[in-house]
Amino acid sequence: MAGSHSHKQKIQLTLKVTWLPEIIIDVSDVWFGFNGQPVLEGVNLRVERGDFLVVIGPNAGGKTTLLKLMLGLLKPTRGTVRVFGLPPARASHRIGYVPQNVHVNKSFPVSVLDVVLMGRLRTSGGWSRHSRQDRLAAQAALEKLGVWEVRDRRIGDLSGGQLQRVFIARALVSAPEVLFLDEAMASIDAQSRGEFYEALTELNRTVTIVAVSHDMMILSSHVKSVACVNRDLHYHGSGEITQEMLDAAYRCPVDLVAHGVPHRVLCRHEEKPHD
Amino acid sequence: MIEALQLEFMRNALVAGILVSVVCGVIGTLVVVNRIVFLAGGIAHAAYGGIGLAFFMGWPYAAGTTGVSLLAAGVMAAVTLKAKHRADAMVGVIWAVGMAVGVILLDLTPGYHVDLMSYLFGSILAVPVEDLWQMGVIGIVVILVVAWYYNDFLAMSYDDEFARLRNVPVTFLYCLLLGMIALTVVMIIRVVGLILVIALLTIPPFIAEKLTASLRAMMALSAVLSCLFTVAGLWLSYWWNLTSGATIILVAAAGFFAALLWDRLRPRAETVAARAPGNTL
Repeated sequence: MAGSHSHKQKIQLTLKVTWLPEIIIDVSDVWFGFNGQPVLEGVNLRVERGDFLVVIGPNAGGKTTLLKLMLGLLKPTRGTVRVFGLPPARASHRIGYVPQNVHVNKSFPVSVLDVVLMGRLRTSGGWSRHSRQDRLAAQAALEKLGVWEVRDRRIGDLSGGQLQRVFIARALVSAPEVLFLDEAMASIDAQSRGEFYEALTELNRTVTIVAVSHDMMILSSHVKSVACVNRDLHYHGSGEITQEMLDAAYRCPVDLVAHGVPHRVLCRHEEKPHD
Repeated sequence: MIEALQLEFMRNALVAGILVSVVCGVIGTLVVVNRIVFLAGGIAHAAYGGIGLAFFMGWPYAAGTTGVSLLAAGVMAAVTLKAKHRADAMVGVIWAVGMAVGVILLDLTPGYHVDLMSYLFGSILAVPVEDLWQMGVIGIVVILVVAWYYNDFLAMSYDDEFARLRNVPVTFLYCLLLGMIALTVVMIIRVVGLILVIALLTIPPFIAEKLTASLRAMMALSAVLSCLFTVAGLWLSYWWNLTSGATIILVAAAGFFAALLWDRLRPRAETVAARAPGNTL
């Protein structure tokens, strides 16, 4: 009897543990500068598993820098970044990344399928051949994003929206637990954005998302938390942002209209035109 | 051409030209897509210092040149990885100093009578059989290494940041690539000479890039184009009694301008959606 009682306790204990929010990204007191110019100062940020965090802020405010620090592409001058409790470089196989500029290297002779297969590199050991599983995973990712038809096209022949989807497929093909998106909406036209955000929300059921954006529309309904970055960081645990946060982050007045759920956020400034 | 091939030196020249073409196709493609043409030029001119050193010390050509160009490649790898923003200036310094050291060492070599021109424009008609074997070995090594790391080189060349995230050893591959460029350069100097190394490393890949849809195909087409230019140049130089290295390059240049013209004039199937800003490695 005593044995089964303690067994029951153990089960309850396990349940309790799984309910605790798991911190998968921990940025603590991070400072960063380029050539003595401070970019980030004393940034603290914790991201829970399952979160959909959007990082907003003015241009050159340090959004992309923060993302690259979390990816391990940059090293902080002070402070620590941990992803899944590890230095980011050692957790890279659990991370997916969609870079800001998908238009680089457009004349490069590479097919869409080969770009997506890059996401499967080095998943198993030193040999850089692609296995059958790699090809199946690439097919699944391309199909999921609706760009399987263009798999044999040269990467430079795609439209901006298609290119964006291919880069997301490349990030998802390794089945990451957390997905980093840097201005992923920049190449997508206004009509497709709503659709794109729906797809992200769907994805967010299984994948933690950290997205850098200056498109305020992303805040409209799908986001679970917001961080404003402008050298320092202001964090809000829910999808809405407050006037104080915006003022602090942008250091200029920004109109904010928020009523009920979903929230609506409007920016008085002209949005920077996307090219 | 048939009667020309009955001469042993012409047969050797042809084999040397084909070997160089294959290696240039592979390495030149990586040089062009990684945008390190200037670096390759620096290594080639530093190699001239190696030629001077080999003569001054009485070493065999290959030993001095290979050693010095590998050293230059190592220094350039360190400089471009550590001090990116001034890397081009440093490459320029190594470029000039290597060349100057070579000239001075040749001046100081007692009883020096080797034709300087043969190292500037190459001496494809005087390639001995032992050198062919050396070229063959270098060629096989280069092809095997690139084949083994093909997908890693592809990822590094296309998007080095993403490649790093996928645990591709980008720094190691970059050093490996510069090392292979050094070996290739030593090999090409023999055939088309120092001045024209860059032409053979860049012209065929530049033409091939527009016509192919994968890095592999670009390498293959570059090698074929390079072969065409080399053989045609060799034949013309034999026919009209011209310097072979320079003739090969002029044939390649003709191909280059023809490709540019064709690219201008052909009807475009699709227009590029967005303007791409320049990328830096």
